[in-house]
Amino acid sequence: MSLITTLARLEAVGSGRAQPTATVRHRHLSDRPLVFVPLVTAGETGAPLGALVGTDRDRPRLLVVPQPRDRDLRFTFLADLADVVLPCIDTHAGSVEAAERTETDPETGKRVKVEAELCADAPQLIVPSRAGLDLVRLLGRSMRFRRTAEQDPDAPYPAPPRVPLLGRWLTHYGERARVPGSSLLLALTDVLSRHWATGQSGLEDQHLGALLAWIDPPEGLTGAEAARRAELERDADGQLLCPPAGPATDPAFDNKLLAPAIERYDRARTALAAAEDPLEADDRLAALTRAELAVRELVESRVRPTWDAVWRGLDLLRTLPEGAHVEERWTRDRWSFTGHRDRVLAGEPPQPRRDDAVTAANKLATREREQARLEAQEALDDPLVMAGRRLAGEAFAGEVTDAVMAYSEGRRPSPRPLVTVRTDDRPQAAERARVYRSLGGRPQSAEIVGYEGDDVLVLRILDKMGRGKEPEPGSVPEKGDRICFTLFEHEQRGGAKLPDPEETPWTHGGPPGEPAAEAPDTVTEEDVL
Amino acid sequence: MTTVDFEPGAAADRATDAILHDTLHGSERGVVVDSPPGAGKSTLVVRAALELAGAGRSLMVVAQTNAQVDDLVLRLAEKDPDLPVGRLHSSDTDPYDKALDDLPQVRTSAKAADLGGLPVVLSTAAKWAHVKVDEPWRHAIVDEAYQMRSDSLLAVAGLFERALFVGDPGQLDPFAIVGSEQWAGLSYDPSASAVSTLLAHNPDLPQHRLPVSWRLPASAAPLVSDAFYPYTPFRSGTDHGDRRLSFAVPSDGSGPDRVIDEAADSGWGLLELPARHTPRTDPEAVRAVATVVRRLLDRGGAATSERSPDPAPLTADRIAVGTAHRDQAAAIRAALTELGVPDVTVDTANRLQGREYDVTVVLHPLSGRPDATAFHLETGRLCVLASRHRHACIVVCRAGVTGLLDDYPSTEPVQLGTLTKFPDGWEANHAVLAHLTEHRVPFHP
Repeated sequence: MSLITTLARLEAVGSGRAQPTATVRHRHLSDRPLVFVPLVTAGETGAPLGALVGTDRDRPRLLVVPQPRDRDLRFTFLADLADVVLPCIDTHAGSVEAAERTETDPETGKRVKVEAELCADAPQLIVPSRAGLDLVRLLGRSMRFRRTAEQDPDAPYPAPPRVPLLGRWLTHYGERARVPGSSLLLALTDVLSRHWATGQSGLEDQHLGALLAWIDPPEGLTGAEAARRAELERDADGQLLCPPAGPATDPAFDNKLLAPAIERYDRARTALAAAEDPLEADDRLAALTRAELAVRELVESRVRPTWDAVWRGLDLLRTLPEGAHVEERWTRDRWSFTGHRDRVLAGEPPQPRRDDAVTAANKLATREREQARLEAQEALDDPLVMAGRRLAGEAFAGEVTDAVMAYSEGRRPSPRPLVTVRTDDRPQAAERARVYRSLGGRPQSAEIVGYEGDDVLVLRILDKMGRGKEPEPGSVPEKGDRICFTLFEHEQRGGAKLPDPEETPWTHGGPPGEPAAEAPDTVTEEDVL
Repeated sequence: MTTVDFEPGAAADRATDAILHDTLHGSERGVVVDSPPGAGKSTLVVRAALELAGAGRSLMVVAQTNAQVDDLVLRLAEKDPDLPVGRLHSSDTDPYDKALDDLPQVRTSAKAADLGGLPVVLSTAAKWAHVKVDEPWRHAIVDEAYQMRSDSLLAVAGLFERALFVGDPGQLDPFAIVGSEQWAGLSYDPSASAVSTLLAHNPDLPQHRLPVSWRLPASAAPLVSDAFYPYTPFRSGTDHGDRRLSFAVPSDGSGPDRVIDEAADSGWGLLELPARHTPRTDPEAVRAVATVVRRLLDRGGAATSERSPDPAPLTADRIAVGTAHRDQAAAIRAALTELGVPDVTVDTANRLQGREYDVTVVLHPLSGRPDATAFHLETGRLCVLASRHRHACIVVCRAGVTGLLDDYPSTEPVQLGTLTKFPDGWEANHAVLAHLTEHRVPFHP
């Protein structure tokens, strides 16, 4: 935790309210995000219990699995989910604009610009918390290899159409969420804790109710009191007033309310199956419908508060203006969305279970580059973030007290003006270290010539002054200017190109070869209800 | 162990001969050499390079930093001034040590094509990754291979046919600035070390190790060997009494002076400050470190060793200060400047890797901390800090670290399929502290 975050947390404890750690919003928020609030069943991995999903805060779609251990009902849930999510994806996938992309020409090996389609916007998926991200990945993993009756007529348990496709998209969203600064799939608690520091631990911040209580406590309560209430307060039946944001549910709810309701549903279903004449069947069907409705109402009572909390959190985030570089990062998300759309359209197989060596290395390189880019861009977009970097000695701001013209040696002397800066910051940089400032959105570099006393340093400006002997106007800081230089670079260099997967070297096991079809896991007793 | 049946020079020579034999005449595509701190890794690399070049095999050398590459070029030039050497460098400003320009046999360039045909070409892994060739090099030497990441080996492995991998498994593991749990347990986890990926895919490669540390004194080798290399022990090349540290000015009785005397006598010293939770840049500890350095210089130290019969003065360039974090290093540098000591190296463990000094002063990574995170517990960090010295190591630390270790057993999630590293940081820290406690000097600033 950086020093400035520690200070903000201390202030939050002292003042009883979360403190802002950003003055602008550092993540893209779509006008119509697709909010997904899932719940799962305790005791069985990845068995959905229900969800609220949709883009309209007043009219979410409620999906419920009245008996989560029933695979057919689970498939129905996933098919319903696909019916909500995929149209949203299709709409965005269909609306494109022309763009340019640099590609390596296979013949010459040169980087060339090619015309390409770029989706004008991409659907944004919001889940309440980090555990929700994991569930998205898990659902994606569980669906993308399923076969539909159309793909494989002999498959014993065919998946409903479009379910495997939803799995591929959720997998893509789940992978993209691992890229720093991406906004295709966001966990609301992560985004909120990026912008506010509470007086509780990072782990406690994963409780959406408690986090919102710190950021925006109700009248007459401090953040700490409201957060405690959100975490602990129960009604007369022993149920939490603020149910956990999921996907896990509160055990008291599972034991006291959910289990009996599911039990009644099971009994009604067995009774219906045993009905002997149509009249009896009609009655029992009505009873089954009532039992199912009871489970639906229970599930809705637990997801609805979270659904409302998510939208409240989004409202809070919208009060912040968008950071200057957010649009650029969202464009990368759109490229990522477009790329996956193209792979699906081209009939490529679903993402493999495990990355091969080259793909893994490429992903890691991309994420490291994006992390460095994100850190630099957040600091440039937001003086409060920059203040944190200055406090850490990674940047300094100050006033120019002197600027003297000087020239480089050599055949064609170029301007290398010396600028003296007085600063209260303590940059941790030695002499000859490179520093950068933003000049009209482009980084201008300078070199530290030396320190004069405690708070004065001399810089030599190195570039972005034009081609002439005299620097272009405005390109050199003048006496009295307030300037801010960073020790970190503003733009990231592209990494080296790795070999193609077919050319994986011997040190890494050689080429992966043809993907061998993996045998399905053997059926165990637990697989059969 | 008695020294009668173990002649360090002979043991080291045997190991080197076996390594060179496997490298030059072996049938496997790779050879791995584990080297404890100061065991003559660079000497081995230079010798292997000369022999490979002598055998007419085109050779590329991969090191991890520009400083390491420049150092190897200078050593090669010193050993064989007639051998033409290529130094491939980046296109940044000041990409290599200017001393290379004075060597006529060294050709420098930012383009690999300019260096074609030279018997030996050296560069960093990062630069090699951008090189494209039609004809791979016959042989490569990968230096500091345990500090190289698997993905960085992936980028360069296509450039050579066979390779000698040399490194120190006890030092800091490579790291990624983003999470990489997704690939934990895969044999080619891109954030793992190059050697672990190499051996996972090629388990039959011959593995050697260098058995003798020439840097560490007889007082330090057993502790470092036991604490950090429990299954691959090594010993020091010198014996007790071969090295001596003495001071012209007697002790003034203060804590710093007493700990200096203790360390001069026994090789180790622990200056223990009262227990307290502090910020990372604990002002009292920083001040204590700076005072110890100042007194080391003021007291006119002289180091006697096997290198020369006459005592060598303990000057500022023979002392280093090691820390865990960069801000701690910056704070100590500032404190030293205030005390009028500008020339002592102060750096983090990561940057001190591979360097050697007569005396080191270390700010303990866990000093004053309320918690023991994986970063601060990392075995390699403590190992680097405790193995840079030829004569003595002085550790400055707040009391209470033992309790802290017991309160915070390691809590990292277990990843299936990954090799558990032994010893873990918790155990290594306890081992080192237990030994240091015997050389403890309490100090109330």
